[in-house]
Amino acid sequence: MWHRMMRLDRRWIFLTVALIVTVPFIFQWALPPGSVSPPTRALYDFLEKLPPGSPVMISFDYGPASMPELQPMAEALARHALKRKLRLMGIALWPQGTMLCQQAFTTAAEGTGAREGHEWVNLGYKPGALSVILGLGTDITQVYRADHREVPLRDLPIMAGVRSYDDIGLVIDLAAGMTPGDWVRFAQSRFGQALGIGCTAVMATDIYPYLQSKQVIGVLNGLKGAAEYESVTNHTGRASLGMTSQSIAHLAIIFFVLIGNIGYFASRGRRR
Amino acid sequence: MPDAVPAPDALPPLAQLLGLWVAAFLTLAIFSFLYGDNPLYKLAEHIFVGVSAGYGVVIVYYEAFLSDLINPLFRPEKASLDHPNYWLLIPGILGLMILGRFIPRYDWLSRWPIAFVIGLGAGATIPSTMQADIIIQLRETIAPLWAPAPGQSLALAAWVSFSRLVLAAGVICTLSYFYFSLPHRGALALTSRVGVGFLMVAFGAGFGNTVMARLSLLIGRVQFIRYDWWPTVGPLLRRILDHF
Repeated sequence: MWHRMMRLDRRWIFLTVALIVTVPFIFQWALPPGSVSPPTRALYDFLEKLPPGSPVMISFDYGPASMPELQPMAEALARHALKRKLRLMGIALWPQGTMLCQQAFTTAAEGTGAREGHEWVNLGYKPGALSVILGLGTDITQVYRADHREVPLRDLPIMAGVRSYDDIGLVIDLAAGMTPGDWVRFAQSRFGQALGIGCTAVMATDIYPYLQSKQVIGVLNGLKGAAEYESVTNHTGRASLGMTSQSIAHLAIIFFVLIGNIGYFASRGRRR
Repeated sequence: MPDAVPAPDALPPLAQLLGLWVAAFLTLAIFSFLYGDNPLYKLAEHIFVGVSAGYGVVIVYYEAFLSDLINPLFRPEKASLDHPNYWLLIPGILGLMILGRFIPRYDWLSRWPIAFVIGLGAGATIPSTMQADIIIQLRETIAPLWAPAPGQSLALAAWVSFSRLVLAAGVICTLSYFYFSLPHRGALALTSRVGVGFLMVAFGAGFGNTVMARLSLLIGRVQFIRYDWWPTVGPLLRRILDHF
């Protein structure tokens, strides 16, 4: 039996995982939300303590391929910032980030009365992460002369009094690539800017050392981090809904790993 | 239910509807690769590469080339400037020199801007990397093992101390595994073996996170199919049937 199982067509495993992920959405199953991890709680608490009117900048450093993990984070963070009457600024170090920023901020602002240019702004994409991050530390207007709609910064009420990192309460990098390291090196380390990071789960283990050394305030780790932030802000979004499938699929994969190992050793013993 | 779920029988505007159906078709075409390589998968793959590249070019043209170079030089009023900024001619010319790569006779021209970029990058990155990735990380690794914060409970202080001990042991043992100037015998064999254990734990954590990330991508697509595309199927079919 084990020998036959070791030769199982892997498409059966694909089908099983697909069913496990899909069925909770069809039947609207929902597991109770888990506890909020300390890195998520730390970021929430920091945002919660910022005085109203403080500028918060979110850098959209990802593309549509990472949307399932990072877009719910962006929406949850933006919703929280707008609810707290913080000034919400978006920039992008990836070309597709401009569109994703617009989508996230528009969704978060629905029903809050927040207006583009007044309570939130999308400054758009600039190439060259290094020069952008360093430039923001000296003079924002030298990096961004206008927002993504070509409205000059001096005509945007939200930008009044915002010149550099000195005026920004928190920068959050939502990343699917190498940009968190750049933000830590150039914004946090050089200018002392308070920094939070939301990243895909693949790269989370590279980010945790910065958390340990207190170079970042908090970290949102993949879909789980997004769901935790939705939970702590009392909002049920797509990340929270996805966690039921995620949890069941994890159990299935643990089961597959165990069965695979038992099968491997059992069939090896038979060969001997 | 998430906020983005459309109401039953409601159809989005035609352009959005078309986008939803194209996206659903491309999603299923990509997933068809799980059964085996096929022309639908190839089609979706090529569309993805082409659209990504095209979108990137358009965004860079409008949000960088036009707004950072052309407007400040030739249309200063659009760049919120009183006068043209002629200093931008220098990076503009350096940028043009990069294109020398395409003409074998003049490809040497591209070395200057590349040298500039490498010099700038190295000059800015090396000190910052030393500070952020080495000095601060080292400082946190060699933090005192027992240093309770004011007002901290004994249990929490003990836990923090234990965490620091594990961190220090992990760093020392892992480094000893990569120490090749002595044979791994005796104490060095023990520490390097423990170091391998720490490495395995790190790889396991990385793999676990990778599984979570890949499942999240699948969940994202399933949510799109379930909450964005599927609700349009019934109303659209009804409208088509009513039409006939």
